[in-house]
Amino acid sequence: MRQVVRVVSWLYALAVYGFIFVPVVVLVLFSLQATSFPIPPFTGPSLRWYEAVLSDVRLTSALVNSLLVASISSATAVTLGFLSAWGFARFVLPGSGLLRGLITLPLTVSYLIIGMGLLVLFNWAGLPKSLLAAGIGHVVINLPLCFAIIYSQMGDHQINIERAARDLGAPEWKVLLLITVPVMAPAIFAGFFLSMTFSWDEFVISFLLTRFDTTLPVEIWNLLRSGLNPKTNAVGSLVFAVSIVLVVLFELTLLRRRKT
Amino acid sequence: MTAPLVDIRAVSHRFGQLAVLKDVSLRIEPGSYTILLGPSGSGKTTLLSILGGFVTPSEGKVFIRGEDCTAVPPARRPTTTVFQDYALFPHMSVGGNVGFGLRMQGVDGATRAAKAREALALVGLASAFDKKPHQLSGGQRQRVALARALVIEPAVLLLDEPLGALDLKLRRQMQDELKAIQKRVGTAFVHVTHDQEEAMALADHCVVMNDGRIEDEGPPERVYARPATRFSATFMGESTILAGKVTEAKDRTSTVTTPAGPVLVRGALPVGSAVALAIRPEHLMLGGTAGTASLGMAKVSDVVFQGSFKRVLAVSVEDASLQFIAKLPASATVQPGDTVAVSCDTDQIIVLAD
Repeated sequence: MRQVVRVVSWLYALAVYGFIFVPVVVLVLFSLQATSFPIPPFTGPSLRWYEAVLSDVRLTSALVNSLLVASISSATAVTLGFLSAWGFARFVLPGSGLLRGLITLPLTVSYLIIGMGLLVLFNWAGLPKSLLAAGIGHVVINLPLCFAIIYSQMGDHQINIERAARDLGAPEWKVLLLITVPVMAPAIFAGFFLSMTFSWDEFVISFLLTRFDTTLPVEIWNLLRSGLNPKTNAVGSLVFAVSIVLVVLFELTLLRRRKT
Repeated sequence: MTAPLVDIRAVSHRFGQLAVLKDVSLRIEPGSYTILLGPSGSGKTTLLSILGGFVTPSEGKVFIRGEDCTAVPPARRPTTTVFQDYALFPHMSVGGNVGFGLRMQGVDGATRAAKAREALALVGLASAFDKKPHQLSGGQRQRVALARALVIEPAVLLLDEPLGALDLKLRRQMQDELKAIQKRVGTAFVHVTHDQEEAMALADHCVVMNDGRIEDEGPPERVYARPATRFSATFMGESTILAGKVTEAKDRTSTVTTPAGPVLVRGALPVGSAVALAIRPEHLMLGGTAGTASLGMAKVSDVVFQGSFKRVLAVSVEDASLQFIAKLPASATVQPGDTVAVSCDTDQIIVLAD
């Protein structure tokens, strides 16, 4: 009986992980297809579709755009998130709880709504559809995330550390730069890498807010409109690889934090 | 007469509705070791925070070296604080921690390192310069915090329950070292604690606080031998307290009627006034050797062997609410349940206005 339970629970676990990972495995597998259709039988492995991706100027420039938007918007989001977390953690503000709720609210609003809202706003303000507009959109969705991560790590024991620095003659900006930021570095990096991950494969906002220069997910969508081929698999696999790197970096920074 | 180093004038402080300091005035002399002693909630830590500039008092003024520092921020006043949790910078080396204050003053790297090494040598941690705070033990972190605060040569060093987080043995050892370091550097130390032994061992000037007020202040020997109030008689060491009324007064002596019978005390007191008599445990005598003042009979309720002495609790036969606390030699033969005569010497009775 016990044996049966063991086998069943293993099968169940296998089914769950299969459910999650089979699509990705299929995607990556057929990116290595040697022939022109990403359908069985598997004819590879071959890197010809990766070559095709890397020689496609539209895809490579979209890739560069994506990296630019992701890194700049994440740096902005993490900076603003850190400053607001610090403000909420260190100062008594009227309606602090309500304001904290408001700042994390965008986490619960769908990207579609945020994207449409920004589209209307930018239209009205005269800001054209562009990578800048998409970048601002990514700051809007990632700032609450960075705020939540950093705020949760701002403990009371750091208050005395900051006090000690002030006591020893540090002006406020030096306290922030020399004490608070280094002490909070793991949370700050975690926020940065998670924002990068989200910005990197964000589609809806980028789709709504960019026109000529666009990000990789939007370019992939353009590619998909002409039907499936192993080239889309290859570029999808590349996106996936970058995401994995970012998630691993995020996990590592959080893990390092827990050890100390 | 020279001006005091620190002059706290009529300081009161409220947290919302709660008054935590009520009209406190205190002077601190250069080179002195001042202890603020009191139970939690007595306002001692608030007073220290006001000295350090972390709290601006609701009323009153603080002068340091004759300058009004009441609203001067911590960064710009000649005080440094050793925090209870040490508050070392975890991402910096010990040397970086100790040199931080000098770095803020714009001192160049080489001078900074030299001075930091000097300060670390002073606290006996010369070898820890390149270590990180998390590699040190609690006692060592404490020393780093001390070196970090001393290296910028403050006028007053403030210590917030600095030994609170250490185990007893280490605490007594650090206590001796603190005193030695203070004597060596000559900086005025103000140290907050609720441990009366610590207070007696360290203080030049002991300030007993309770409920936002200073109950008593002076050299610890005086505070212990002649406490000014009932609170300081019970907080700074233990005492047996007898409440009574002055029924007769002569030239040099008065008779106080207490639950344990009439007791003759030194000094002419106003007849009819209520007083409290405090007697230190080491001055109470049980059984055999009778002192000059008899305090009636008592039934021993508890005997605790403490190594070098026995701590004895006894309840008065005359009044069950009166409990005697006595400290007897380890060789004493009293047993719980014994009924013994209690007495003491008239000279050892401390008369407190009640």
